This record gives sequence, C-alpha cells and structure tokens, in this order.
Amino acid sequence: MRAAGIDIGSRTVKLAVIDGGELALSRKALTLYDPFETARGLVDGVEYDVVTATGYGRHLVKDFLGCPAISEIKAFALGARAILPRCRVILDIGGQDTKAISLAETGELNKFEMNDKCAAGTGRFLEVMAAALGYTLDEFSAAALSAGRVEKINNMCTVFAESEVISLTARGAARHEVALGIHKAVASRSVALLMRVSPPQEVFFAGGAALNECMRELIGREFGAPVFVPADPQLVGAFGAALHAAKAGLGHVRDKVSGLRGGA
Amino acid sequence: MSDYTQMWSDLGLDLKGHDALLSILGGAYRDIFHSQKDRPEGMKYFDFVMSEVHGLRIKELMDAKAQGRKVIGSYCVFVPEELILAVEGVSVGLCAGAEFNFEAAETVLPRNLCPLIKSAFGFKQGRVCPYVEASDVVVGENTCDGKKKAYEVLAPMVKDLYVIDLPQMKSDAGKDLLRAEYRKFMKKLEDVSGRKITVAGLKSAIETTNAKRSAVKRLADLRKSDPAPISGLDALLVNQIFFYDDPVRFTVSVNALCDELEGRVRDGKGAFPKKTTRVLMSGCPMAVPNWKVPMIVETSGAVIVGEESCVGERGTQWLTEIKGDAVEELLEAITDRYFKIDCAVFTPNPSRLDHVKEMYKKYRARGVIHYSLQFCSPYTVESGPVEADLETSGIPVLRLETDYSQEDAGQIKTRVEAFLERIEAR
Repeated sequence: MRAAGIDIGSRTVKLAVIDGGELALSRKALTLYDPFETARGLVDGVEYDVVTATGYGRHLVKDFLGCPAISEIKAFALGARAILPRCRVILDIGGQDTKAISLAETGELNKFEMNDKCAAGTGRFLEVMAAALGYTLDEFSAAALSAGRVEKINNMCTVFAESEVISLTARGAARHEVALGIHKAVASRSVALLMRVSPPQEVFFAGGAALNECMRELIGREFGAPVFVPADPQLVGAFGAALHAAKAGLGHVRDKVSGLRGGA
Repeated sequence: MSDYTQMWSDLGLDLKGHDALLSILGGAYRDIFHSQKDRPEGMKYFDFVMSEVHGLRIKELMDAKAQGRKVIGSYCVFVPEELILAVEGVSVGLCAGAEFNFEAAETVLPRNLCPLIKSAFGFKQGRVCPYVEASDVVVGENTCDGKKKAYEVLAPMVKDLYVIDLPQMKSDAGKDLLRAEYRKFMKKLEDVSGRKITVAGLKSAIETTNAKRSAVKRLADLRKSDPAPISGLDALLVNQIFFYDDPVRFTVSVNALCDELEGRVRDGKGAFPKKTTRVLMSGCPMAVPNWKVPMIVETSGAVIVGEESCVGERGTQWLTEIKGDAVEELLEAITDRYFKIDCAVFTPNPSRLDHVKEMYKKYRARGVIHYSLQFCSPYTVESGPVEADLETSGIPVLRLETDYSQEDAGQIKTRVEAFLERIEAR
C-alpha cells in the first residue's frame, strides 16, 4: 500500500509518499496565492492508495478529497518519532508558525506551544530580514556564522524589525553582525517556547529554518542540548501525515484521488 | 420585526453604522447558532431576544424610562444588580464584545489595549450601542488598570459616569472598602432615582437576582450529563443574555429551557453525540458577540461543558443570602456575596484555581482551554501559574490569547485540534 501525506504550509506545500514504511517519493512547491491549486499540481501523476492532509490548508483539501486531516502538531510528532524513535522534543520553525512540542516516552503528545498570531520569529521573519540585508538565505546563515560580535535586535515584529535593521545598517553597523542579531532573536524566542514544554534535552529540529546552519547552532547552544536535524527537515509533517494515512488504512478510497487530479 | 428607526434616531444612534452592525451581527448569528444541530426548542426564546436585542428590549428600556425608572449600564459583575433593582432601576450590561470602530477608539486609547475596552469605546464613539445611549448612569469599576484609566477617558463621553472602587486583596480592609463603596453606590442610586431603598424592596431585589442566578446554575448543572444536552455556544448565549434581558422573564425562560433539557437527559439525548470530547473554558469574559473560540472548539469535534468566566460561573455561582431585617444587614450580605468573586484583579487569587479544578471534575471535562484577551494583564499573567498547577494535577491545558479579530482563527483552530488530539489520545 502506498500512503501519501500532504502538508499545506503557509510558504510551501509538501508531499510525501511512503511504501512499506519507506519514503518512496517527495515533492515540494511554493504555496503562493492558491494553496488548493498548488496542492493539486503537486499530487498530479502521483500514485497512492490512501492520503492524509495536514498544515494550515488541511481542511481545504480534506473536504475535497474526503480524506482525514490532522494538525501539524500531530503530524510532526508522528514523523519525528518514525525518523528518530528516541525523540522527546520537537522544534518546528515553519513559514508562519513556530511550534515546540514535547512527547511522552511512548510518543504521545505531551505539551505544545506556538508563537502568537504574527510572523514574529518564524521562517518568514528570517526570509524578510535576509532580503532586507540583501542576502540569499544561504548567504544569510553563512554571514551570521562569520560574525565575531552581534548587533542586538530588539523588535520581534517583522515590520518593526525590518525598520530596525535598516536604521542599524544606516548607522554603519556591519551587515553580518546584524545578521547574527536576527538569528539570535529568532533562536531566543524559539528556545523560550521549548523551555515551556520541556527541560533541555535533545531536540528534533524540523521545518525550513532547520536548513539554516546558524539557527541549528544557536538553538543547540541556547537550549543547552544536542540538535538533531533530519535529512529533509521540511518534509517531516508530510511524512507524518503519510504515516497516519498508512495507519488509518482504508480511511480513503482510490477513486477520490483522481478527483483531485481532475479539476474542481 | 417592528420598525425601530425612530427610536434609534431619538437615542442619537448613527443609523448607517448601526444598520451595518446589525447586519454583520445577524449574519454571524445565523452562521454560528442556526448551523448547530439538535438545538433545544427552548433556545427559540433566546434567538428571539438576540434578534430583538437592539429592538424590542430597547423599547422596553425606553418605556421603563418613561415611567420614571432609571437605566443603569455597567461593564462588570462587581456592579451589584440587587441595589439597582431595589430602586426599581433597570440593570444592563453594555456592548463590549465586537471589533467595531476600533479606528475611532484608537484615537483616544492606545492600540495595545484589551479589545473589550476598545470595543466599548468603538460602540460609544460610533454611536451604535443603544444600551449606553439609553443609560442614565454608566457604572465603571476599578478592576484592571486598563478599565480604570479608560473610565477617565469615557467620563466626558457619557451623561453620568459613576466609578466604584474595588479592593485588590481579600483582606478585612479589602472587604471594608467594598462595603463602603456599595454603601456609596446605594446612595448614588437613591439620588438618581429619587427612591429610597427599603428592607422590603431590597429583599425582593435580592430574590429576583437570586432566582436568575439559580436558573443559570440549574442550566450549568444539566451540562454534567453525557451527552451534553446543550451546546457550549447556546449555554454561553444564555449567560450573555443574562446581562441584557428582563430578569423575571429571563428566569422563566431559562427554567423552561432546563425543563426541556431534563427531558433530554432522561432520554439520553444531546446536542452532540455521547462521548464527544468535553472541555472547560476558563478565563476572560466573552461578551456578545464574542463567539470565536467556542465556535472553533465546537466545530472541531468537542463540546464545551462549562465557563469559568464572568460571563459564566464566576459571575453567577454565588447567591446573596437574605438575612437580617435592616438595609445595613442586607448590604452586608451583598458585600459577602460579591467579595467571593475570584477575578484575576485580586492577588493572590487561589479560589479561582480551586474552582477551575472543581468544575473540571464536576462537568467531567477532559481538558481546560484557558482563554485570555490580548493585553489583559491580570488573566494573561495568571494563566501561567494556573496552567502549571493544572498540568501538575494531571489536567491538560491549552492556553489561548486572542482578540476580537478573525485573522488568527486558522492558528487557533490548529491549536485547538492539536489539543483535542492530545487529550483524546490519553
């Protein structure tokens, strides 16, 4: 049986298909302005028997597919445990949400915290700040890592922080030191969420921001614990959703899948 | 529905803004309340009250005023309704539950202020709340810093603003202050109404208020059953209407609803199927039409079985004991009753936590959703220790902090669903 998981995030849509518990296929696309269309394009031509949706757009495709939907928190818990069975703490820094999740020894959801409603301290915040400094995302992390000292960023609101960055650079602050300041601000905020759900212990770092080396280093240092990053940190939610679909088994029938391909 | 245009116009309402408000309110009400399945028949009365909340009820207020009775508007459960009724006044809660005209509110208030306060100003400045326009006295109270200072700004906008001071600690001195303040308020009411508070009048006022509270307590008690005979949204609505409706008619209607619900309980019928996940709400008040979070919860596969809130048990669980044969003795009983309210403006506030635990057990809830309004310092600060204590006691807690806007509905839904997944897996 091929089981699919689709994670409709605010910035990217991710698809994972598993076969016999192993990842058989993965796809990603930018969400853009029409998450439904993006999701539809992503599953086009993909073979699977069952599917589960997650991510903020889960209810959008759930109704159309008649498939189950689970929260991102549950999807991450399932995905992370399958990748790292000893995992007890998960940090996901996604496009618009940052989530800290703690699991019981048996893998059940223990406690979770999320950032407040704005994009402060999320992946989107990092993107906007990199752009404000004229960096690509890769350059942004590398520049921050190269900084010997840090320019402190006080504002966590994306809008205010951007103007703070502009005024810092206008005052002649070194760009890479500002970059480090931004990374530190996001890391501190994420670690504050982590501390609310668990004392320091190995953290499973997922979401797009886990691709950022500087973030990985700062999270580990500030949380005071090792950081585990899976091979494809953006895919953890979709993978978890696929595991859910496989477990739910016959929760969904094949013919509805063609409906998704066919056009609404 | 009758045409109330003349009445609204006489009250000085902005008719265009008011029409817009009613149309939004009506639409939201239909979407949220009428879409529910298996509603009790008895909710028809409350649907009617809501449909006439700015119509027939205001007409009643105007008729009462024409007979020389005074309309006393307030924003808090510390304002003693017994005293208002004892001077034959009409007690009404004032509008503060919707994001309306915040642009105007923000011209006189900071942006980073709790939505309940901003809403009260939005309604007042937009001239769309007939209750505040019909009020002969608007009663403020020194609860949180936000409200306390906002009343200074509100004073020149209303006909007669009267502020009750409140203690912050449950000490003897605190109680002396409350008693003295209620005595002063009694005098104020006697002055505006031209009526003297008598023992018989006050006793009868206490009886009326107690009957109203007993009716909602009876309703609360019925929610212990599984399946829950009434949705959390409908029960919240009854608790919201508690502040607006004629107390005697309201009591009769709630008791009629309870008669029906008793039948449902006997027959094992519910608003949701048996074994639906049960949650308790605790925290800030939800004034009409603040239905956002309950709607999200009850459309995510759970049922709300209780509200530890001012619009809920914090406001209604205690009755006033009728004891003594002097006004002063009755005033003491009223002070005793209100001094028990465990609002987060008190420090420390341990009885609130006890009450949350008691309700959790009594209503057989499986988790607690702690609801705070954004920028409400008392409840947001208290939410930390409350959560820690409940979790330590094995009670799962989801802490939400939100305002009256709809923009975070998606994120709240994600949290609520994940919380339900968490408690259902236990």
